Amino acid sequence: MNLEPGLPPMIHWVVLLPLASATVLLLWTQVPRAMVTLLGVGSVAGAAAVTALLGGYWLQAPQPVTQVLWSWVQLESFTPRIALHVDGLSLTMMGVITGVGALIHSYASGYMRDDPRYRQFFAYMNLFIAMMLLLVLADSLLLLYLGWEGVGLCSYFLIGFWSQDPANGAAARKAFITTRVGDTALAIGLFLLYRELHTLDIRAILVAAPLTWADDAAMPTLIALLILGGAVGKSAQLPLQAWLPDAMAGPTPVSALIHAATMVTAGVYLIARLHGLYLLAPEALAVVGWIGALTLLLAAGAALAQSDIKRVLAYSTMSQIGYMFMALGAGAWNAAIFHLMTHAFFKALLFLASGSVILACHHEQNIYRMGGLRRTLPLAFACFVVGGAALAALPLVTAGFWSKEAILAATWSGGHRLWWGMGAACALLTGLYTFRLVFIVFFGAAKGAAHDEDRWRMRLPLGVLVLLSLAGGAIGLPLSAALPADPAPPASHWPEALAVLAGLAGIALAWHWFGRGAQAAPPDTALRAFARSGWGFDALYERLLVRPLYALAALNRLDLVDRGYTALAHGVQFLHRAALRPQTGKLRWYAAAMAAGMVLLLGAVQWS
Amino acid sequence: MSAVPLGHALGVCAALFALGLLGLLVRRGLLFSLMCLEIMLNAAGLAFVVAGSRWAQPDGQVMFVLVLSLAAAEVAVGLALLLQIHLRFRSLDPDAVAGMRA
Amino acid sequence: MNALFYGASAVALAATVLAITRPHPVHALLYLIISLLAVAATMLALGAPFAAMLEVMVYAGAIMVLFVFVVMLLNLGPGAAEQERRWLAPAFWIGPGLLAGALLVMLLTAVLAGDASTGAQEVGAKAVGMLMFGPYLLAVELGSMLLLAGLVSAYHLGRRAPARSNGA
Repeated sequence: MNLEPGLPPMIHWVVLLPLASATVLLLWTQVPRAMVTLLGVGSVAGAAAVTALLGGYWLQAPQPVTQVLWSWVQLESFTPRIALHVDGLSLTMMGVITGVGALIHSYASGYMRDDPRYRQFFAYMNLFIAMMLLLVLADSLLLLYLGWEGVGLCSYFLIGFWSQDPANGAAARKAFITTRVGDTALAIGLFLLYRELHTLDIRAILVAAPLTWADDAAMPTLIALLILGGAVGKSAQLPLQAWLPDAMAGPTPVSALIHAATMVTAGVYLIARLHGLYLLAPEALAVVGWIGALTLLLAAGAALAQSDIKRVLAYSTMSQIGYMFMALGAGAWNAAIFHLMTHAFFKALLFLASGSVILACHHEQNIYRMGGLRRTLPLAFACFVVGGAALAALPLVTAGFWSKEAILAATWSGGHRLWWGMGAACALLTGLYTFRLVFIVFFGAAKGAAHDEDRWRMRLPLGVLVLLSLAGGAIGLPLSAALPADPAPPASHWPEALAVLAGLAGIALAWHWFGRGAQAAPPDTALRAFARSGWGFDALYERLLVRPLYALAALNRLDLVDRGYTALAHGVQFLHRAALRPQTGKLRWYAAAMAAGMVLLLGAVQWS
Repeated sequence: MSAVPLGHALGVCAALFALGLLGLLVRRGLLFSLMCLEIMLNAAGLAFVVAGSRWAQPDGQVMFVLVLSLAAAEVAVGLALLLQIHLRFRSLDPDAVAGMRA
Repeated sequence: MNALFYGASAVALAATVLAITRPHPVHALLYLIISLLAVAATMLALGAPFAAMLEVMVYAGAIMVLFVFVVMLLNLGPGAAEQERRWLAPAFWIGPGLLAGALLVMLLTAVLAGDASTGAQEVGAKAVGMLMFGPYLLAVELGSMLLLAGLVSAYHLGRRAPARSNGA
């Protein structure tokens, strides 16, 4: 292990604790429930503690550190290793993953307390944490890909956790297959990268890329676009975004952890990590930004038409990650990661609070069947107000404000005025849909009975997240060495003020339309239905991909390939029966056969 | 004695053999099959004698003696089997004992 | 000797044809005996008196007699001859006839090619005996063992009482 002095050789414990816990929980089938909670929550809390310790040490001497664990593969020219790399970026990600993860695990121990598969749930959650940490700590893209696949696998397990309902399995499959498409693009990108640079080590790539491709922009652009394909799949951006709303079929803690705070941000992390490559391919970077800009508007529009509380939050996540992508496209690397962190705080808060609401309403998720809950669920109400305010970027008091402003300022000063406009428009929509949700759920007449089901291990994380959503903007991230500097903020304050006004206008509109709550769902218009379906992407893919596949399968109804193989078997059987025919058991037949053979032999001898 | 052309003598053997084969293939009784086997063996023996006579050496006749003893042993065993088949299957039709059919 | 040869050959062939076409087993056997006697005459014409005598004594005298004994033992009724007649319909002769005919043609084309002659000299019993108990002694001993084996098998297989069920 080659470490800089000062940082204890503990980095692998961060990954090892949740991984070991997952293994124990999977293998020890008779583990008592209390032990599951201890292992499941404790391992992530332990990982968070180790992260804090490492952070403390590292910040005293901020140098990138690599801890090599062992050599993974040994081919002649290709020798990847299992090695963990700590720098400002990975430390930030570790903090988010373990910190928010530990809070979510604590909440989940209360939320899932009655579930019969409690043990498996925590096994998968811990495995997920371990894989995600591996992803952000990997020093080579190969190890990163291992973590990438691992989180996809755990996402599949957890989305389809309640496997009795086939719809959940279908949602899990949809998520897996859609991200698989992205993963394939990523793999091809890695292949190309190896072929060109002969290494997959991240540090080596960032050093070699500018030298190899000083003049050539075609190859880095291609590789960057392929890697973007993978990022788009994992982060649920256009065009691979359709899986995220359906992934809400999983339990709410899963949605909070995987589909808000961590896995969907893996794409952002990947692009930020490979910033050197993207800086060589400005066109690819433009594509990144455009994808983000388009997604953020589309998702916000779709969120306005949703009636399921979790789907609103899912589209909201999609939209906020669009902001991160847009930031990356504008060269605002630090702002993107900053927004990643604050988004993790307030989105996890919103999801966990919605979990409390869902539990209280006896697993009801339709907001139009909820109402007036601010009296019966005061904690959830407070969480939603704070989280919603952070999401809508209420000025100065919320963490979301600082990160979103950083992004919008960077797009303005980077010259991407159109992106800024889209971001500002989306700020209005964000305020609108967020507070539409808050007003419909918590204001107005109460429908149905609701009982607060929370325990303290659920209330405490909510409280912590409330604090983080308010004060998290003050956290200074040690990214200056890991990422290039963002564009300087604009001199004038007008763009900032306009964006703030847009957000406030959105909140005001929501108050105007939904302030009294909503009696019933509004009647469906074509536009509303179209928006609710996520702007018809599911139907599009159905028509474009699924139906032709079914048509081809129906074409092959007779299973021609299989018939070819069975034809072989039938042919052999036919030959067998044919060979059996001369064996009649009759004496004179055999004598005749001998005579005929003799005739032929004599003929051959005589006339050869 | 005047000489007979070898071809004619062997032709007679060939004709006898062909007749025996014809009988074997056509006749549908085990007894007749055995009988036709005897015809064929006899024709083969005659061919040996003809050959020996062509070279004016006794070797042909010695072979004939051996063929004869072979035919005798074969007839003995064959007829014994015939009796057993007649005992067990109540019929001398070779198609009735086609148990080796695939 | 030529006349003897051709005449005896003609008788042999005719008798054989009759032998294979009779439905009644005893008739067929008797015609076969005639055929064998004619073949013996043929051998005599070719200068092989020892072989001729053996043919008469062993073949016609022992083997055919054995056949006749077995026919008597079988005690086949008149129904057997009737059935044989039915099995001798002309249609059944076509295929085998073609096959045997083809074989005959091939053998004849092979045999009639040369122009050697035979039967010029008589080879007596003494010469045969000297050869048999000289160079061919081993063959003779083997032949006697074959006969012994045939004897034992025929005795065993010809037993009236069926053997034990697991094969004898």
